[in-house]
Amino acid sequence: MKRPLIERPWFSRVMAPIGVGMLLLFFWQHLCTVYAIPKYLFPRPTDVAFAFAENWRPLLGSLVSTLYVTMMAFGLAVLLGTFTAFLFVQSRLVELSLLPYAVLLQVTPIAAVAPLIIILVKDTTTALTLCATVIAIFPIISNTTIGLRTVDPGLAAYFRMNKAGRWETLWRLRIPSALPFFLAGLRISSGLALVGAVVAEFIAGTGGTSAGLAYQIMQASFQLDIPQMFAALFLITITGVVLFALMVWLQQALLGQWHESAMEAER
Amino acid sequence: MFDQAFTEAAIATPVVELLSADKVFANGTRGLAPVDLAIQPGEFVCLIGPSGCGKSTLLKLIANLIEPSDGRVQWWRGDFSKVGMDGRKLAFVFQDPTLMPWAKVDTNVRLPLDLAGVPKAEAQARAAAALENVGLAAAARRYPRQLSGGMRMRVSIARALVTEPDLLLMDEPFGALDEFTRNKLDEDLVRLCHERGLTNVFVTHSIYEAVFLSTRIIVMAANPGRVFAEFVVDEPMPRDENFRRSDRFAALCREMSALLSDASLASVVS
Repeated sequence: MKRPLIERPWFSRVMAPIGVGMLLLFFWQHLCTVYAIPKYLFPRPTDVAFAFAENWRPLLGSLVSTLYVTMMAFGLAVLLGTFTAFLFVQSRLVELSLLPYAVLLQVTPIAAVAPLIIILVKDTTTALTLCATVIAIFPIISNTTIGLRTVDPGLAAYFRMNKAGRWETLWRLRIPSALPFFLAGLRISSGLALVGAVVAEFIAGTGGTSAGLAYQIMQASFQLDIPQMFAALFLITITGVVLFALMVWLQQALLGQWHESAMEAER
Repeated sequence: MFDQAFTEAAIATPVVELLSADKVFANGTRGLAPVDLAIQPGEFVCLIGPSGCGKSTLLKLIANLIEPSDGRVQWWRGDFSKVGMDGRKLAFVFQDPTLMPWAKVDTNVRLPLDLAGVPKAEAQARAAAALENVGLAAAARRYPRQLSGGMRMRVSIARALVTEPDLLLMDEPFGALDEFTRNKLDEDLVRLCHERGLTNVFVTHSIYEAVFLSTRIIVMAANPGRVFAEFVVDEPMPRDENFRRSDRFAALCREMSALLSDASLASVVS
């Protein structure tokens, strides 16, 4: 049956937010023009677009640099976080002795630790990656641990009755059971990795050759080049959105057919 | 001559024997008073009784999910370590279907074979055959959540049958289903067990279900959990809905009903 355009899921999901965005941009442009707000205070969307068109080369260079740190940190967080979670579920003693330190890592503000890491680690990129990893790792650890523990007791009994080995149980039962939790962790962690990368860049300052988007924002603010600042800001936001969308897509691809979290609401 | 005698001797070996097996739980309550029970090959035994009568405990003893506090349980005159070794297998069907939601129906059915290391192609073929047997061949590539409760239970039964067990243990498998679905599944179960010469121990709350399925009903009483009476349903197998509609069925249900009332009365703490 052919539904009217507005009732189709992709339309409401994609077009509706884009429509709202367009409307906001329009009002923004309009208000700035009407009240003649100078662009060094609050630039119009067109000013931002011009700034980007003029400076796209250094901006994209910075984007690559920030993305590199983000992805490295995210990857490291996934690897280390998953590994830690597996350690945790192997033995209660391991979990009890390590968990406080994971929490310590989580509750200490990264902005407070970052200077120390940046001083201790000579290579700037490595230092930034470490800072971002510290932020991004906790959701992976906690979600994966909960996931690996959340096993249907009936199925667990079934595996025991069939004399399934430790690895067999892990591979066929625990890992699939943990998948929805792990993916929810990924979603949070991917955003945090970006936040961590940008925050660490701010703290690291302008030094070094690998200057990320935070560097662009700082430079622009020193020079009161506000449109340029907005352009850099937009790039960060778009990166975050793309990361989030990628994670949603991954979740959909892996869980779409069996898990409630990724299911379209039934009509 | 010798062959026949040998076969008869083999048939006479009980599938399960409980020798004064009892169960006292860790908190000191007596779950089950000593039970002596032998289940012969091809029997369909239902355990029925008021709540707290230890029917689930008895089934768990038979499944080796728990060990008796005293006495012994034997499988084919041996201990449990030999079960599954010499081709004599046991399968358990839970109250819930307990399927893996992330796996398609055929993968779910194949699970016990995969866990036993059966080659994939053979496992797949056997799973397909088992699904065919429970009338779900068309649902092989679907996910459990896409099926109705009755169909999920059929998948669970297919998963039990795929190992070609000799002894099938079922813990109120159809308790959550509506009566029509339950009756249909009961009929299919009777047919499947008869075709394969399966021995079945089945826990139920329903008098009708017990009378329909069983060759022998063990009526249990509570406080402490114990075997109260045995009731033989002397009616040829396989049975179908004609039996359910017969006067004999009604009479048997009446008798069972009376027996169960006595068991309930005997269960009151004095």
